[in-house]
Amino acid sequence: MKARKMRKIINLLSIFFLAISIFSLSLYAQKNYCIECHQELEDELLAPVEAFKIDIHQQFGLSCADCHGGNPAEEDIDLAKDKTFKGTPQRFRIPEFCASCHSDSRYMRRFNPSIRVDQLDIYWTSKHGQLLKKGDTKVALCTDCHAAHGIQSATHPKSWTFPWNIPQTCSRCHSDTNYMKDYRIPTKQWDDYKDSVHAHALFEKKDLSAPVCNDCHGNHGATPPEITSIAFVCRQCHPSAGELFSQSPHKKAFDEMELSECEACHGNHKILPPSDEMLGTGEKAVCIQCHESESKPYQVASQIKDKLDAFIEKIRHAESLLEQADRQGVEVSEPKFRLTEANSTLIFVRNLTHSFSLMEIEEKIGDGEKVVAEVIKAGEAALREAKFRKTGLIIATCFIFLLSIALFLKIRQIDKKTST
Amino acid sequence: MKNILQSIYFYLDTRFKLSDLIQFAKKKKVPEHKYSFWYYFGGICLFLFILQVLTGILLLLYYTPSVDSAHESIQFIMSQVKFGWLMRSVHSWSANILIAAIFIHMFSSFFLKAYRSPRELTWITGFFLLLIFLAFGFSGYLLPWNELSFFATRVGTDIAGTLPLIGKHIKTFILGGPDVTGATISRFFWLHIGILPLLTVIILGIHVLLVQILGMSKPIGIPQNKVKEVPFFPNFILKDSLGWMLILALIGVLCVFFPWEIGQKADPFAATPIGIKPEWYFTFMFTTLKIIPAHIFSIEGEMIAIFGFMIGGLLWMLVPFLDRNAAKERKSSVFSFLGWIILLYIVVMTALTYLLPGL
Amino acid sequence: MNRRKFIDFFLGGSLAGTVIAFLYPTIRYILPTKQIEVVIKKITAAKVAELAPNTYKIFKFGTSPGILINTSDGELRAFSAICTHLTCTVIYESDTGTILCPCHNGRFDLSGNVISGPPPAPLESHNVEISGEDIVVSKKD
Repeated sequence: MKARKMRKIINLLSIFFLAISIFSLSLYAQKNYCIECHQELEDELLAPVEAFKIDIHQQFGLSCADCHGGNPAEEDIDLAKDKTFKGTPQRFRIPEFCASCHSDSRYMRRFNPSIRVDQLDIYWTSKHGQLLKKGDTKVALCTDCHAAHGIQSATHPKSWTFPWNIPQTCSRCHSDTNYMKDYRIPTKQWDDYKDSVHAHALFEKKDLSAPVCNDCHGNHGATPPEITSIAFVCRQCHPSAGELFSQSPHKKAFDEMELSECEACHGNHKILPPSDEMLGTGEKAVCIQCHESESKPYQVASQIKDKLDAFIEKIRHAESLLEQADRQGVEVSEPKFRLTEANSTLIFVRNLTHSFSLMEIEEKIGDGEKVVAEVIKAGEAALREAKFRKTGLIIATCFIFLLSIALFLKIRQIDKKTST
Repeated sequence: MKNILQSIYFYLDTRFKLSDLIQFAKKKKVPEHKYSFWYYFGGICLFLFILQVLTGILLLLYYTPSVDSAHESIQFIMSQVKFGWLMRSVHSWSANILIAAIFIHMFSSFFLKAYRSPRELTWITGFFLLLIFLAFGFSGYLLPWNELSFFATRVGTDIAGTLPLIGKHIKTFILGGPDVTGATISRFFWLHIGILPLLTVIILGIHVLLVQILGMSKPIGIPQNKVKEVPFFPNFILKDSLGWMLILALIGVLCVFFPWEIGQKADPFAATPIGIKPEWYFTFMFTTLKIIPAHIFSIEGEMIAIFGFMIGGLLWMLVPFLDRNAAKERKSSVFSFLGWIILLYIVVMTALTYLLPGL
Repeated sequence: MNRRKFIDFFLGGSLAGTVIAFLYPTIRYILPTKQIEVVIKKITAAKVAELAPNTYKIFKFGTSPGILINTSDGELRAFSAICTHLTCTVIYESDTGTILCPCHNGRFDLSGNVISGPPPAPLESHNVEISGEDIVVSKKD
């Protein structure tokens, strides 16, 4: 019995010590001395620790050593910087540094099976990549756009690569005239883009589908689009304008003259909402940039503008009739609705100008003018109703007035009778 | 023609004892003196009330009290129904003119001390009629279910909800739930065309009956030789009708040149529009609540204001019993002075609502 | 006619005129209107015969446009015609059998779901019923 008791005690004690060792080992293993030490430092040695708190790699369980190597369990700095320690990569090595994981599909699919792994290949085809290969380290590389330690997913609104942050990320270099002085490219792109209709859609209406730098230039493969490909870029979102243009006589002419299609009239970065002044033969018209005065195309341009102006004038007339009737208290919500159809036709016709076909434009305007004519009829009927009400009021008031006089006379008559 | 009329009269007389009624009516006299102009306002209130009932019954033909169709039915009335614009605008304008007339009638009766014995009950029923018509205004305002009326109702009931202990229950009862919803439209509609008209018939009936029985009150201190008495039928009633005709003409002009707007359909999830206010006849109380400091001697300012109004209303109703001088047919300048202060307060507070920025 | 009778006639006549001036609008008000009901939840969008398969029609539903589509299989579908991107009016593209917004090429399938392009949300869909010759569109609860 004594032996059995002894064995029991020994068993319990061993389990106890085993538990303690495992516990302390695990505690020991969880300590990340990279962070422990760097936390106590300052400035650029502290910054990575602060930034890494929101880093996406951290969320996947990765830490300092997974990129920089070394032994995070080792407290002593020399021992921590073991054989595997890579340290801070040299600037021109950064793309390969990141690609050591990000181009390895077997490694990446553990974390996200659908993530792309061709970023480095594409990067080498970009202007930035080409210049980097030639030894220019001023160009953008991974950490310039994605940050080094506080990298967030591009779907996160605070990320440097979230759509409405991208223009600032690119313009950090591209708008810096001093930084860019050795390169022969303009630095006004961000200023121009800020005034554009796309910037308004993105920053004011929060429309995330509006294009930013990477939508037209690519992100990893960033390169200015060639003249022939600008039109393809715009057609991604504006296919009907593009199709109409391709079917028009301008396509062949522009190709022969090597003019960039959309850009010639609309600009590239400072794309403003198009105005009707761009059509026709006026001062601000784009047609007269090429077409000589009194030539056939010049006349067509002038006719298109006249027809459009006449249509718009009719719409304004209808609007003012309805406005007048509304002010006079007649209910005109039905004709107002019908007028929105005419306004839809107007939008359609403005787009149709890319075909430069007077016949098609006239036909569509004709459809629109039929609708406007209906609205004008309804507006005039509403104004007649307003007049009818006023006439009715005058008649009723006349009767009331006559009745009041009659009452007054009767009152006087009766008062006289009462007092006598 | 005259014979036919005479035989009809004879037929009705034998059954309804019309001739007794006519004898009584012939005796009814109205004193004429320098203040008798104010006598017209009682009749004006009655006339406008009848106008409201008639136009209200017509609107009832096309209005539907539901969240999905209230606003649309008003749109329908204004655009599709023949003269719908007229009936609806008359109803909306007359409501406001009626409440203005009620205030004039109440204050003129106050200053002429018409509340003194034996007319205390006339005054008290009149006070209840004021409350009933304010309730008519408040309940009717929500029915078109537009943005302004939705938020005005919410703001108004929120104030009711701030009363200690009972506030929340009162608010839930009025709204038919925790917030302004379809249940509120049903409830307000129930009040507007059911309960309030019923109460009006009873209390207005008593009020008018008392006036018939007791006759018109003469102002204190007017010597007998300065007062002439004219028969109500036909002299005074004809003058009454003249006044009513002029008001009718005014309403007509207002409806043609300033038709009542339909507004945007209420969206419960929209933010409260800035500067939302209740209708003008509530604004003196609304502005008081806005202006009063947040705390007075560590009691919430708004609470003090609400209780102030409740107690003020109670004292106003009990004036016939408080004004001992008037009861003894003596001049009562203190009460007149107080009346002027109250009137001035209401006018100034109402004006400030529209003049002060950020209110 | 003496003065007294004249005044009485004048009074009676003007009273009668005023009463008629008020009775006329009241009677016209009470008589049923052309459009007999308030349009809120239900509307006859088209006649069965007017919509061939693989065609569409834009109709007014309350205060906004709706699109009624007769698909190539002969099924009737109805949606709000307001594109969820920047509120242009959509059309039905018969060769692709999809709903297209011509402004920025947003595309929706025949359940109203976004297939491609910038629209952030699907089109609101409505119920469609056939009642005799009429195609009746009503709001979903």
